[in-house]
Amino acid sequence: MATMAAQITGSADRVPLRLKLQRVERRRKLKAFLLVLPLLLFILTTFVLPIGRMIFNAVHEDTLLRLMPRTMSELRGWDGKDLPDEGVYAALAADLKQSWADKTAAEIGKRMNYELPGTRSKVTSSARKVSTLSTDTYKDALIEIDPLWARHEVWSLLKRGSSAYTAYYLLRSVDLQYGPDSQIVASPPENAIFRHIFLLTLGISISVTFATLVLGFPVAYLLASLPAKYSNLLMIMVVLPFWTSVLVRTTAWVVLLQQHGLVNEALMALHILSQPAELIFNRVGTIVAMTHIQLPFTLLPIYSVMKTISPTYVRAARSLGAGPFYAFWKIYFPQTLPGMAAGCLLTFILCLGYYITPALVGGPQDQMVSYFVAHYTNEELNWGMASALGAILLTATLILYYVFNKLVGTDRMKLG
Amino acid sequence: MLGTQAAFVKFSEVQKTYDGETLVVKNLNLDIAQGEFLTMLGPSGSGKTTTLMMLAGFEMPTQGWILLEGRAIETTPPHKRNIGMVFQNYALFPHMTVEENLAFPLKVRKLGRAEIEIKIRRALDMVRLGTYAKRRPAQLSGGQQQRVALARALVFDPKLVLMDEPLGALDKQLREQMQLEIKHIHEDLGVTVIYVTHDQSEALTMSDRIAVFNDGVIQQLATPAELYERPQNAFVAQFIGENNQLTGKVIAMDGGVCTVDVPGLGNVQALPINVEGVDRPTTLSLRPERVKLNPVPGSYSNIVSAHVKELIYLGDHVRIRASVAQQDDFVVKLPNSEGVAQVGPGELIRLGWKTEDCRALDRL
Repeated sequence: MATMAAQITGSADRVPLRLKLQRVERRRKLKAFLLVLPLLLFILTTFVLPIGRMIFNAVHEDTLLRLMPRTMSELRGWDGKDLPDEGVYAALAADLKQSWADKTAAEIGKRMNYELPGTRSKVTSSARKVSTLSTDTYKDALIEIDPLWARHEVWSLLKRGSSAYTAYYLLRSVDLQYGPDSQIVASPPENAIFRHIFLLTLGISISVTFATLVLGFPVAYLLASLPAKYSNLLMIMVVLPFWTSVLVRTTAWVVLLQQHGLVNEALMALHILSQPAELIFNRVGTIVAMTHIQLPFTLLPIYSVMKTISPTYVRAARSLGAGPFYAFWKIYFPQTLPGMAAGCLLTFILCLGYYITPALVGGPQDQMVSYFVAHYTNEELNWGMASALGAILLTATLILYYVFNKLVGTDRMKLG
Repeated sequence: MLGTQAAFVKFSEVQKTYDGETLVVKNLNLDIAQGEFLTMLGPSGSGKTTTLMMLAGFEMPTQGWILLEGRAIETTPPHKRNIGMVFQNYALFPHMTVEENLAFPLKVRKLGRAEIEIKIRRALDMVRLGTYAKRRPAQLSGGQQQRVALARALVFDPKLVLMDEPLGALDKQLREQMQLEIKHIHEDLGVTVIYVTHDQSEALTMSDRIAVFNDGVIQQLATPAELYERPQNAFVAQFIGENNQLTGKVIAMDGGVCTVDVPGLGNVQALPINVEGVDRPTTLSLRPERVKLNPVPGSYSNIVSAHVKELIYLGDHVRIRASVAQQDDFVVKLPNSEGVAQVGPGELIRLGWKTEDCRALDRL
């Protein structure tokens, strides 16, 4: 009787029941949302928005549009074949006069200098001279002040500046640039360094990831198979580096690996080396120090996966006739793959962004992309280049992650 | 059965300790015949699994010999023993399909592809899982995984198969079904099976012989019927089946019968199975179904009076919990056909049993 009654009311109240469920669900969702809200806001305001704004700098560039409005609007009608006509030159003279008065000529010069090296001083001196110029034939006068203004590539550059968006920084980041007629050409060899830098970053990251895997896997295996009283001690030793600053650890490597450091002195005292080896301020030092820092990141996910693999699998394999190594290789090892994938991905992605370690223990030939991002941000104040390099690194990382996800599947990956 | 031929598996004076202080297995001697289904039964920590692991090669005996077909194998690594094993949680390789799991022991033995295929097919048909070859273990139910584990332990035709509580994770109904299935496979293949369990009904259903383990020692090694009907000591009597225990002191021994003085009950006639002598304490063991309710006076050698405490109706039979000799846990099991309905709680009843159903055993 009781169940019948429940059924009857249940069918009669079907819609209210669903609504009731929705109401309960909504309250639950709202609660969940409120719980993450503070962190979400924090990340949005301190991380996502600034990064988005920086990446926007990679393509947004309105210096010329802002400081030379007249020239830019006149240039819209220019066909780009011959030199522009008198009207454009007059606008240019007006803009230069204005810029001299506003003290912004240097900024224009700097912007043009990015794409046409050597134009900076010519622009500022032109502006200075134009400020006292009074004539009707600005074209000839300007060309007389500086032959710069008769160069076709200068006008191509200014024409491109009439758009607030430019691909220049992104092109430079992959060793391309605009030619005299705004066509895309390869950068001259002395500027073409970035493809090499990206490949170097990739190469160092792969080497470090591989090194951490080779060194970390056996330790993770030991950790997972030891009884708790020993494994706890070993675990503390593994995570100890986590509690030391990266800067301290990196400088410790300098002490160890320098020309008359502990390692060289020891090797020479043992007569293994007759003269000190170059262990630091080169590729070796970079990879050694980075491997040391990254080791726990690779090791811990592997360890956590190994911890879940029951020893009975290997026992079963042994009872079925497999020798110790065969059982390990065919049964144990494949089950550690999700952990290895997670650990390696974590280390690889972290390595791509390394800055301080290569800067301290690497040579000039070992600087990675992040070094150049910092260089453009802090020293050249060329935020466009810094943003473009950063954007490309971020995109490359996301693509690698996507490919990795397709191959391994993040759902199969275990971080801990 | 034994003795006429050399034992197929022989444990000889085997001892095992893990910490160097306490023995997990104490001086084990056990002969197992070829084709036998032997169960090691005992509570957890009784040494049965350790014994099995020593035979499988995962534990080394601290002392003694283990012989398989007359060869000493204590130092042979597990993969060279050619012993099939079914593990408690099946230990099916999760990254391989059913087929690959079964192929594993065959590939290790470097069999040809055609032969491997035939053997896999045969093994899967044996456990009635022919259509599941391409599935992964995670896509199978517990019972199916159990069958795959069984097939894998048998696919390479070992002469000896060890099973370590293989049905522990299954529900009751499936467990009973699998018990019969394993029993039939054993009969069909003629393979020797050593089975470890703590479930006595499982042991009784399947085994040719049962070794009851407790405290690292085999308490009794016998057929299921022998074990139930004629337990040799109080532990076995209490561990196998239901059992009423009365403690008392032997006052007389006369031929095949002893008289025991049970406090609050008077003198009881029993079979002296495991008593030290007159004036020594003993435990009387009595199966609940061998007790007769309200017998005709004089028809049984032991008739006592008791108070009914509780009646438990179980369909095919009724259990009466009664107070006998100041103990409230004396159980009588009656088939549901003897007019037990007239008995109610608080009533005074009489209970009777035969001398041969009452066994005087060691003091527990």
